[in-house]
Amino acid sequence: MLTLLFDGVAYGMLLFVLSLGLAVTMGLMNFINLAHGSFAMAGGYVLVVLMQKHGWPFLACLPAAFIVTALIGAALERTLYRPMYSKPHLDQVLFSIGLSFMAVAAVDYVMGSSQVNVQTPQWLQGRIEIGAGDTLLGMGRYRLFIVVVCVGLALGLQAILSGTRFGSRLRAAVDDPRVAAGLGIPVNRVFLLTFAFGSGLAGLGGALGVDVLGLDPSFPFKFMVYFLIVCAVGGTSSITGPLVAALVLGIADVFGKYYVPKLGGFIVYVLMIAILLWRPQGLFSRESRK
Amino acid sequence: MSGGDLQARLLAPSRWRKWEIALWAAIWVTPFAVPQHAALINEIAILALFAVSLDIVLGYAGIVSLGHAAFFGSGAYAAALFAKHVMPDPLVGLVVGTVVGALLGVTTSPMIVRGTDLTRLMVTMGVALVLLELANKFDNVTGGADGLQGVVIGPLLGMFEFDLGARTASFYSLTVLFLVFLVLRRVVHSPFGVSLQALRDNRLRLSSLGMSIQGRLAVAYTLGAAVAGAAGALLAQTTGFASLDGLDFHRSADVMLALVIGGAGWLWGGLAGAIAFKVMHDVISAFTPQYWTFWIGLFLVILMLVGREKLFSPRTWFKNGGAK
Amino acid sequence: MTDVVLQTRSLVKRFGGITATQDVTLAITRGARHALIGPNGAGKTTLINQLTGVLDPTSGRIELEGRDITDLAPHKRVALGLVRTFQINQLFSTLTPAQSLTLAVSNRREAAGRWWLPLGSDAGIVAEVEQLLVQFRLQDHADRVTRELPYGKRRLLEIALAVALKPRVLLLDEPAAGVPAAERQDILDTVAALPADVSVVLIEHDMDLVFTFATRITVLVNGAMLTEGTPAEIAASDEVRAVYLGSSLAGTRHASTEAEHG
Repeated sequence: MLTLLFDGVAYGMLLFVLSLGLAVTMGLMNFINLAHGSFAMAGGYVLVVLMQKHGWPFLACLPAAFIVTALIGAALERTLYRPMYSKPHLDQVLFSIGLSFMAVAAVDYVMGSSQVNVQTPQWLQGRIEIGAGDTLLGMGRYRLFIVVVCVGLALGLQAILSGTRFGSRLRAAVDDPRVAAGLGIPVNRVFLLTFAFGSGLAGLGGALGVDVLGLDPSFPFKFMVYFLIVCAVGGTSSITGPLVAALVLGIADVFGKYYVPKLGGFIVYVLMIAILLWRPQGLFSRESRK
Repeated sequence: MSGGDLQARLLAPSRWRKWEIALWAAIWVTPFAVPQHAALINEIAILALFAVSLDIVLGYAGIVSLGHAAFFGSGAYAAALFAKHVMPDPLVGLVVGTVVGALLGVTTSPMIVRGTDLTRLMVTMGVALVLLELANKFDNVTGGADGLQGVVIGPLLGMFEFDLGARTASFYSLTVLFLVFLVLRRVVHSPFGVSLQALRDNRLRLSSLGMSIQGRLAVAYTLGAAVAGAAGALLAQTTGFASLDGLDFHRSADVMLALVIGGAGWLWGGLAGAIAFKVMHDVISAFTPQYWTFWIGLFLVILMLVGREKLFSPRTWFKNGGAK
Repeated sequence: MTDVVLQTRSLVKRFGGITATQDVTLAITRGARHALIGPNGAGKTTLINQLTGVLDPTSGRIELEGRDITDLAPHKRVALGLVRTFQINQLFSTLTPAQSLTLAVSNRREAAGRWWLPLGSDAGIVAEVEQLLVQFRLQDHADRVTRELPYGKRRLLEIALAVALKPRVLLLDEPAAGVPAAERQDILDTVAALPADVSVVLIEHDMDLVFTFATRITVLVNGAMLTEGTPAEIAASDEVRAVYLGSSLAGTRHASTEAEHG
């Protein structure tokens, strides 16, 4: 059972990294970006292509996935996303669905529609086991790696947000973009950097997740719901909100699939509906956003 | 100006325009004029009904729903199961499908009327996903991934057999579409319907006039759900088949796209959009069968960048004598 | 003892560290023409928001015709006859004044839920709407979409919508705000012509309107009641003058006359 818990935590941390960019985009730009899953997918494919076609080592592909996706994100933000900020949510939803469709179809065309597999490096294979019997904690090395990386990212982000000037500008812009602009904060640039960073994070998460979640062109649609759940439940105005939401989601999903396999997948959805019924603004939102 | 004058001006938007009558006449001619396309007419009629049901929810009540297929698929399964296990009469089955849709709408509406746009989006998607999973898991009832097969529908009104030529089917669906359209048209111009428009314009003012927001949203949502259930039932009955596809996200996305193309908020958008969508689908699929999603995605992106209002504005002129 | 129609008892509202409403006990009598004045930020609109139920008070009670409404939902207070207008117009931008007023009247007559007959088929309702359009000088604009109306006409519609509900207590939040000089007289006239049995609470900065219209004035400063009295008493009050001479407020001819006489 401890092993299950650990698996759930690993899954949750991965979801967190994947969803954080989306949460920030929604909180900052008030933009519902359903194409976020496509960025994750892009990161995954970057990893696959670099490792399989060009023989790059695993560890080098991760930052590459981040950078490539961040660049794509920056380019798209500047050109396509920016005019959409002031449009109603429905338009944003349809726009990003359209982008997703395009991304999925393009990847399907270029990469084929079957699942791709990645050869995890030697030192990340196998498990570390602590304890025995009922209290056995089996930690797959890969999953342990994921947890370490994600915790590091979370801590680093928290530090950036509270410690740096960019962090405080970002927080100001999230609070009130107009006032922030009036104070001379370059809101457009903050948006651009944040969006790029969030997309990069998604790409990184996608790359990390290839082994755990699987990767094929339908990835965005399969997982988009989970990212949205993390944002809706965790709220979009902090880092801890999505973190907790992602962990709850990950653990619930893993436990659900193990103990009640017949209904496993949809325990998560029911949980989400229940939470949203109880607190329509999400568990952690400071205020209601339209 | 006399009172009668004011009344006439208030009633003006609800009068049938000449072009509306003309369009319906043209629509009714098609199954006679091109009977070889009866199957296509059937498909379009069903999609139009589905799109009109979404219009009530999205165009009139302003609820952004990405899970409207939940009601469509449920109606389909309900009608199919009813025909298979209870009785094969199509009209009773249609009522069953509609009622199932309405019940589902009523039970889920408390979740929809509260919360933000995002939570509404989540909940609507979530409900559809839950139903999809349920249908998948309980495959002894629903046929799972293979779908519910062997559904035999009895003759319509005891006289008209549903055959492979789809003639009966096309008239059936078209009639249901027409009747629902007539009813919805009246609802939309009634005080209730206008209050929905007012709700979209300014919620605060609506509640300051003493009108309940949540109640209205719930009724509109349930109505949309019921009509969607009817559309699903029609599909199951005219194809003799119900499957997970009826609950799938693609269904919800497709119908939303059809409605957006036709223009939300003026009822005719559902019909126009359904026709346009089907035409686009057939044309594009003929060129690149697998990559329909790419072109549709591109179309959506461009449409949203250019502005949905471009499609909206001329329509609302006809409704209320003023541009949006 | 005059008939009190709306009463607050020790109303307090805090937002975090800020006390927006401090211990306000206000009594509005039947048929009142009661004005609420005070410098910007005095908490007038916050008070109105609590009266209508948009904001929950931190403590204290609100009573309408003797009935405790402190916890009652906003739309239910409207049903009991407590109606407000907004400082910033809250109108239905895609409806015409005729349609908006018809909705309001229909709701009062409990006909707003009708779904089969079109809006406007009830002759009785239409007759009332006709009357309102004339009363508020909107006949010539009755069929223009609200979004296209000039600001002054929209302000009139804002008040007309409230009056359409035949309120017992009407809270007018700065009805003349932002109205160009050419259209102000219309506003002043319609406010003056409100039915005598309606109790009106008026928030205004426009002192012309206040001193012409009000029979009783309450002065609110920093969320607390500074003083209350007849227009003559308020005009003569040193306290009030001190509050106002500090801020630039146009139209305070009474205050400036006082200054002249020393």
